[in-house]
Amino acid sequence: MEQILANGLYLGAQYALIALGLTLIFSLMNVLNFAHGQMYVFGGFVTYTVVAQLGLPFIVGLFASAVVLAVIGALIERFLFRPVIRKSHREESTMLLAAGIAFFLDAVILLIFGEKQRGVPKIMDGVLNWDFRIIMPYDRILIGVLAIGMIIIFILFMQYSKTGRAMRALAQDRVAAQLMGVEVDRYSMIGFALGAMLAGLVGGLLVTITGINLGMGGPTSIKAFLMIMIGGAGVISGAIAGGFILGMMESIGLTLLAAYGGITYLVIFATLMVFLAIRPQGLMGKPWG
Amino acid sequence: MNIKKVVGTLVFLVVVLAVIPWAIAKSGRWDFYYTLTSVALLSIASAGVWLTFYIGRINIGQGAYALAGGYVAAILVTKVGINFWLTIPLAGLFCAGLSVLIGLPILRLRGVYFAMVTLVLTEVMRLATLALPITNGAKGITSIPLPQELSIFGLTLIPDFGTMANPKLAFYLTAVILMILCYFVLWRIVNSRLGHLCRSLQQNEELSASIGVNTAYLRVIAYSISSFFGGIAGAMFVAISQSIYPSSFQVTDSVNFMLNCFLGGLGYVFGPMLGTLVLYFGWDLLFTTGRYQLLIYSTLLILLILMLPNGILSLGIFNRKNPRS
Repeated sequence: MEQILANGLYLGAQYALIALGLTLIFSLMNVLNFAHGQMYVFGGFVTYTVVAQLGLPFIVGLFASAVVLAVIGALIERFLFRPVIRKSHREESTMLLAAGIAFFLDAVILLIFGEKQRGVPKIMDGVLNWDFRIIMPYDRILIGVLAIGMIIIFILFMQYSKTGRAMRALAQDRVAAQLMGVEVDRYSMIGFALGAMLAGLVGGLLVTITGINLGMGGPTSIKAFLMIMIGGAGVISGAIAGGFILGMMESIGLTLLAAYGGITYLVIFATLMVFLAIRPQGLMGKPWG
Repeated sequence: MNIKKVVGTLVFLVVVLAVIPWAIAKSGRWDFYYTLTSVALLSIASAGVWLTFYIGRINIGQGAYALAGGYVAAILVTKVGINFWLTIPLAGLFCAGLSVLIGLPILRLRGVYFAMVTLVLTEVMRLATLALPITNGAKGITSIPLPQELSIFGLTLIPDFGTMANPKLAFYLTAVILMILCYFVLWRIVNSRLGHLCRSLQQNEELSASIGVNTAYLRVIAYSISSFFGGIAGAMFVAISQSIYPSSFQVTDSVNFMLNCFLGGLGYVFGPMLGTLVLYFGWDLLFTTGRYQLLIYSTLLILLILMLPNGILSLGIFNRKNPRS
């Protein structure tokens, strides 16, 4: 049981970090970022390139992932989403654009990094063995702790910095924020860059454990959507709750349902259906946010 | 129905049923049959997605129903031994029933929430076909026999595809006729009372509910018709490829169905057909560019969205030339 909980916590921390980026972008611009999984894969490959090919320390790779993805995110917002949001009359157009960007990033990843599965050497050796109740490699613990640390930094940033306050104001009411003197364009761009950066950071963290390959983008996006639906879209606490809940459900499901093969996600989805029938906006979302 | 519409429809019918087969026979490009058959079937599934757009919902879950329809047809043909032609409506009905069950809770969601849950549905259907015992897991169901003869009281309606000299042509004609039927049904729906009610849902759901439209019922009806289309498209696909795997229809396909509708234009019944044609052919034509295929394709897609956010059919020339839209 302790082992399951530890696995769930570890998974949940990763998931929450992915969902945070997605929900941030959604709350600021009302854009469902289909390319989030691809950004995650891109971040993983950047870390791989820096660590495994250039031979630099892991922390440099993580930093490079964050910077590269933040730049990509800012460019995407500035040159793609902003004009489309301004011109189109239907909000769905941005969804189409996001899907196009997902394909585009897939193509770029394929051309730059190839289609092979990549991984970096273990950053830490050894296994924690607590009386055979919890067995967990040290590198996993480190990654889990790093992820939780980043979540805390992110919350503090959103809560207390000027930028964070401006973004929260934007998410609450765009027009009112603008009237109070918040520069909408600037903070939308920062928000998108921040969301992309979070995706890149998770990619950089996970490349040390699961490795990374081109096909991981789509499924990651889907998991992120699941978490957002559980927690409620556009709400930071919801994304964190959704991430940890999904992580726990996956960890428990994989253990209990191991005998039946891969039906864990079927069960999770069925549960989600029932849950959504009762509470369509998720745990903490505003109705039709 | 004015004379222009009749002429336009007749020209379209002649082109797809006579001119294209003739041109292919002349030029000897038999591979085009497969491409065009795929376009016809994918545009049926896209038509379903379009109908959910029509009630104001973004549906990225059509791949799930296409997959389910395909598996229903495959299982009925190989394990139960039903004639393939009967499995097409059965697959459609199965998907429609399934979509009522799934739709009842999720159709209460709107906007991005509905889009997300349908996207997840596609992935879940793939996992379900991997996990269920009857679908044979990742190996899929292969070597499905070609469609048999369909006869009523000894009168042959459709001959056995296995004995045919040119099954490619037969598949093409079947798919095109199926597509025409589906688009006719769609066109009728849109121009009927049901269509007007659906339009009211698209514009303002609360308002239409307040003047007495049964919105919950309408949503489920529209969604189940949409899934019916997805199911028959999947079933027909199985007959052509003679195999089905959990990866036959996946998230990319669902997204593509949505893109087809967007690209053709959401305001036009025949938008999804045109969108499918352009996207599928565009992808095929770019095959010669090798490893840059996806890069060029996605760049063009993004440019198209930047310049034509309301779809190809929103261009002026099409509005005059296309009498059916």
